[in-house]
Amino acid sequence: MDKFSTLDGIVAPLDRANVDTDAIIPKQFLKSIQRSGFGSNLFDEWRYLDSGEPGMDNSSRPLNPDFVLNQPRYQGAQILLARDNFGCGSSREHAPWALLDYGFRVIIAPGFADIFYNNCFKNGILPVVLAADIVEQLFTAVAAQPGYRLKVDLAAQTVTTADGTVYPFSVDAFRKRCLLNGLDEIGLTLQYADEIRAYERRRKEQAPWLFMDVGQ
Amino acid sequence: MPGRTLYDKLWDAHVVRSDADGTALIYIDRHLVHEVTSPQAFEGLRLAGRKPWRTGTILATPDHNVPTVGRGSGIADPVARLQVETLDRNCAEFGITEFRMDDPRQGIVHVIGPEEGATLPGMTVVCGDSHTSTHGALGALAHGIGTSEVEHVLATQCLLQKKSNNMRVTVDGKVGAGVTAKDIVLAVIGEIGTAGGTGYAIEFAGEAIRNLSMEGRMTVCNMAIEAGARAGMVAVDDKTIEYVRGRPWAPAGEMWERAVVAWRELHSDADALFDREVSIDATTIRPQVTWGTSPEMVVPVDGTVPDPRLESDPVKREGMERALVYMGLQAGEPVTGIRPDKVFIGSCTNGRIEDLRAAAEVVRGRKVAAGIRQALVVPGSGLVKQQAEQEGLDRIFIDAGFEWREPGCSMCLAMNADRLEPGERCASTSNRNFEGRQGQGGRTHLVSPAMAAAAAVAGHFIDVRQIIQEQQR
Ligand code: SF4
Repeated sequence: MDKFSTLDGIVAPLDRANVDTDAIIPKQFLKSIQRSGFGSNLFDEWRYLDSGEPGMDNSSRPLNPDFVLNQPRYQGAQILLARDNFGCGSSREHAPWALLDYGFRVIIAPGFADIFYNNCFKNGILPVVLAADIVEQLFTAVAAQPGYRLKVDLAAQTVTTADGTVYPFSVDAFRKRCLLNGLDEIGLTLQYADEIRAYERRRKEQAPWLFMDVGQ
Repeated sequence: MPGRTLYDKLWDAHVVRSDADGTALIYIDRHLVHEVTSPQAFEGLRLAGRKPWRTGTILATPDHNVPTVGRGSGIADPVARLQVETLDRNCAEFGITEFRMDDPRQGIVHVIGPEEGATLPGMTVVCGDSHTSTHGALGALAHGIGTSEVEHVLATQCLLQKKSNNMRVTVDGKVGAGVTAKDIVLAVIGEIGTAGGTGYAIEFAGEAIRNLSMEGRMTVCNMAIEAGARAGMVAVDDKTIEYVRGRPWAPAGEMWERAVVAWRELHSDADALFDREVSIDATTIRPQVTWGTSPEMVVPVDGTVPDPRLESDPVKREGMERALVYMGLQAGEPVTGIRPDKVFIGSCTNGRIEDLRAAAEVVRGRKVAAGIRQALVVPGSGLVKQQAEQEGLDRIFIDAGFEWREPGCSMCLAMNADRLEPGERCASTSNRNFEGRQGQGGRTHLVSPAMAAAAAVAGHFIDVRQIIQEQQR
């Protein structure tokens, strides 16, 4: 997994609530068996004027000039500023893959959907929850100033504005450690293989029907 | 010490170990796998030189991409075909049980799990699919996971989790005739909102939930995720046990007797404490229709499309305005004036036998209205399809002008050829009305199977209770 420690990046605002995984990456692109290559179809239905299909040459498709990510001032953005319940809908990890592939490493919102929030950490994206009024202020600041940047520091758990205002955020200690160090969670869990086996032995005594295999 | 909730009991029984900060390693009893969210997980496993921990816990089937017509000639779309073939290959390589596309038991994972007795009370159930919450209807702890977690469960049989908070949604009283599980859950989402359950595991309780069939409870739990909750569940009772009895992978004989004793404990204790309680009076629930692009944008069928100007929250107001434009609707329009172009009956929410029966009951002896371009019935599994055909439901639908299809996700998310064209409006029994969900530019109205059938024969949304009354006359 990609590590994340600090980032000083351009902020792009996506000013709508309940942005769902179907909007982040429409389902026709989920047929891929790869993990990469989803970035050019991120927000496909909002970003392009035609309808996108896998295998198209995205560079020659007509862009929707009104969509925020198509505006020159937000090119190269690595921080996405979003509204409440971002990432609701499906459990598909294609959504964080597409955001990451596009270049986003941090998403700031007043709230995230559970599964999406979790999936971000597994893919080197840091989702930051800030209070709704702070997010509101950030939306105003981004709109007012082209090239608006924020500094995000995972170790310190802070978001810092150019004028030095610091917003602390909270993050689960285990997730933080994994993201800071790019740890392989499967490898970590397998260190407890003996405990897993001991659980299985105990459990099989109590509830043997849970150990009947399907297909038998 | 207060008693424990159903969720507490299920959680406690599955903790392998936990850290001081509350991160726990949870053991997984059943892992369901489909073609869309698994290829990268198998690939990761292979790259790390790992193997599945316990293949016997895994049941796989292709459902999202499969065609619902002309299956004999395979999948025409090469990208979709590769994904389904990749699942076949991965299952063969690792010795995983798979119902392939041509297996009569193939279907939507969330329909076949309970149907086969592969998901049982007291289990932890995961799948790389958010609607895994469905299986909670059996008194199981079931939730969707991402592909990294699919790989984690494959490799370790465990999941790293923090415990959610407990919420109980109590629906007391009796619903009227023509008001179904779908209407109950849409009304709940309308009440608490699509983020209302975020961070919670929801137990659905109360007389109206107990009175639902197992299929109905699955419909309710299926949409827990639409309320933001990863898991929804219902306590075990006689109905649960009768539903499970005799299913192919349910225990039998002495093991069955032992299991039933354990399952009888799967309910919240009388003195259990919930972090949040919501109660809804079932007698006030009318058949529901969503008007917007989020499941919380829902009104009763005799209502009108709401006016954003009356909404005080600016973010919500803007969302409503955007939804009205996308949906091509005006504030104040009566819901019964909305005319769908297509009707879709199916999905893991409403593709079970009871759903098809309810729809067929409304359709019987009637015809699909002239304005409806396409009306599809897509059974949730091959066995549901067989059962429906034995009961003659297929004839009722076909005679009325519906198309009778092969099982799969179909127009619920339009990954296969079944989809809406831009601007088309659909009465759909699925679970998501997001922009573009059923096809780019498509407009989805979520309803119950009976309400979808009623819209199909009337050509516009109509209170199905009117049709039921006519039938009784
Ligand atoms: S029927 Fe729809 S919601 Fe259910 S698993 Fe398939 S795509 Fe997902």
